[in-house]
Amino acid sequence: MSEKLIFEHSRSGRRASAQAPLAETAVDLPAKFLRGSPPLLPEVSELQTVRHYTRLSQKNFSIDTHFYPLGSCTMKYNPRACNQLAMLPGFLSRHPLGPESHGQGFLSCMFELQEMLRGVTGMRAVSLTPMAGAQGEFAGVAMIRAYHQARDDNDRNEILVPDAAHGTNPATATMCGYSVREIPTGKDGDVDLEALKAAVGPHTAGIMLTNPSTVGVFDRKIREMSRIVHDAGGLLYYDGANLNAILGKVAPGDMGFDVIHMNLHKTFSTPHGGGGPGSGAVGVGDRLKEFLPLPVVGKEGDRYRWLDEKDLPQSIGRLSAFMGNAGVLLRAYVYIRLLGREGMERVSENATLGANYLMKRLQDAGFTLAYPERRASHELIVTLQKEKNELGVTAMDFAKCLLDHGFHAPTTYFPLLVPECLLIEPTESEAKEDLDGFVEAMIAIREQAKADPEKVKGAPYTLPVRRLDDVRAARQLDLRWQPDTQD
Amino acid sequence: MSNVPGDLKYSSDHEWVRLQDDGSAVVGITDHAQGALGDLVFVEAPEVGSVVASGDAFGVVESVKAASDLLSPVGGEVLEVNSALDDTPEMVNTDPYGDGWLVRMQPSDASELDSLMDAAAYEQFLEDVD
Repeated sequence: MSEKLIFEHSRSGRRASAQAPLAETAVDLPAKFLRGSPPLLPEVSELQTVRHYTRLSQKNFSIDTHFYPLGSCTMKYNPRACNQLAMLPGFLSRHPLGPESHGQGFLSCMFELQEMLRGVTGMRAVSLTPMAGAQGEFAGVAMIRAYHQARDDNDRNEILVPDAAHGTNPATATMCGYSVREIPTGKDGDVDLEALKAAVGPHTAGIMLTNPSTVGVFDRKIREMSRIVHDAGGLLYYDGANLNAILGKVAPGDMGFDVIHMNLHKTFSTPHGGGGPGSGAVGVGDRLKEFLPLPVVGKEGDRYRWLDEKDLPQSIGRLSAFMGNAGVLLRAYVYIRLLGREGMERVSENATLGANYLMKRLQDAGFTLAYPERRASHELIVTLQKEKNELGVTAMDFAKCLLDHGFHAPTTYFPLLVPECLLIEPTESEAKEDLDGFVEAMIAIREQAKADPEKVKGAPYTLPVRRLDDVRAARQLDLRWQPDTQD
Repeated sequence: MSNVPGDLKYSSDHEWVRLQDDGSAVVGITDHAQGALGDLVFVEAPEVGSVVASGDAFGVVESVKAASDLLSPVGGEVLEVNSALDDTPEMVNTDPYGDGWLVRMQPSDASELDSLMDAAAYEQFLEDVD
């Protein structure tokens, strides 16, 4: 059953007295800044509010309730200890404008987090300030731009992006004022080296890569790609979306990358989804360390302090009012400290083991792999083109049907170069029984499609809403509830 | 199998070109392309009067699955765009070779059309990419 909006529970004059504003509030704001009419807030009782949000939370498909194999997004379990320690009173009560001498504990955690991320990525320096992955990407390419400008190398106006890249990569390059040139992927899943050689030149500012790539394989020619791009005067940007596959095993700095953004909300297990808050920390090699976004935490003797524009005059600047999402950074810090060096390796080992186990079982069950000759990294791609041709059911139908089986759908129709694809990422924390359950569900859906394809095309049946009309949702935007439009 | 009319020219980017009697060329995306994209929700056409080279990105088609650049199959000037698609982009899905046409162009070099595929070659191309 669908839940009404909180506004639809509203009745004039109803109050939750504990939350109601005081009638007489001393406000010494100038009159011109005061609003003329009260805001449209729902008028509901405390009990109505509690029930409404409790019911909504029960409808949620979440990592705490369901297997959530969303490829290229690393939806992993958030250990409770990280929350608990990040919410120690000393952290919660710290004011961001408080003096450095009052926040040495917090600053030491941030300094150590910078150092640990530096170590695991093989970079020279780290800034934690970007607020999310997209901002981390922006900071990374802005640094590439600042580097070329500082050298008076101003003809470089192109960023190379493989055709399998995340959509954010070309968007980032465009936001930073670059034009985008696409590089094709070969049949084996690696970037087409000949096409790369033909594309680089005096206009190349850099290349944005994910390795392992979004097709779920580790690009074996990364060293050669690095040499080709560097020889042409360009820099290498590492999109950290798939860092989970290589933690503790191989470092992007050793592959030749000059800059990386890390999604702490993916790889380092801070809460993720619903729009944030995230963290897109950036790491850089020697070429870019002068350009890091501020603030960065520095250490002098046994004291920690904020580094600012005086320390890094060539910085690309500030991306947020303070330093990113402090609570998220603390959770990532605790996560890494709980794992340690050895635990970090177990993450990538179990993530790749889970993905390869799923891949083998799905292949044995007769599903078609996009890159059957390659070992999976931490994720794998199944193409359902055969099922579409023979049974008339699409990847989207499988995805919707999986919801009825109690599994969040994998990523669908991405990467675009594989038709009817599911991009499946189990992460390291799923039990074998849950992986088996997913394979059994895929098999059951295919059997259902053979017996009654219309049934599969009508899924989901068990959720609060049925099949959503995504075409109408895109064409007729109706995002704001207004009282006069309701009857 | 997707529909491939015999009287059109085709590009490897799944666009079709119909040469008109007045020398202008109407361009759209193929039945295969609309099927692969799925339901279109948005078509961004080039500006009338703009001049493009063959292979230039001159518009965008966006579906519920993906947004794709439209690459001009011939060089020339844009004479007219199908403004009906602003409100009814689904016509590209329902009638890709008719009401779902995208732009009408004046080719700067009509011989460029000779380098495009004919229907038989495009059908073979579709088989090879599958």
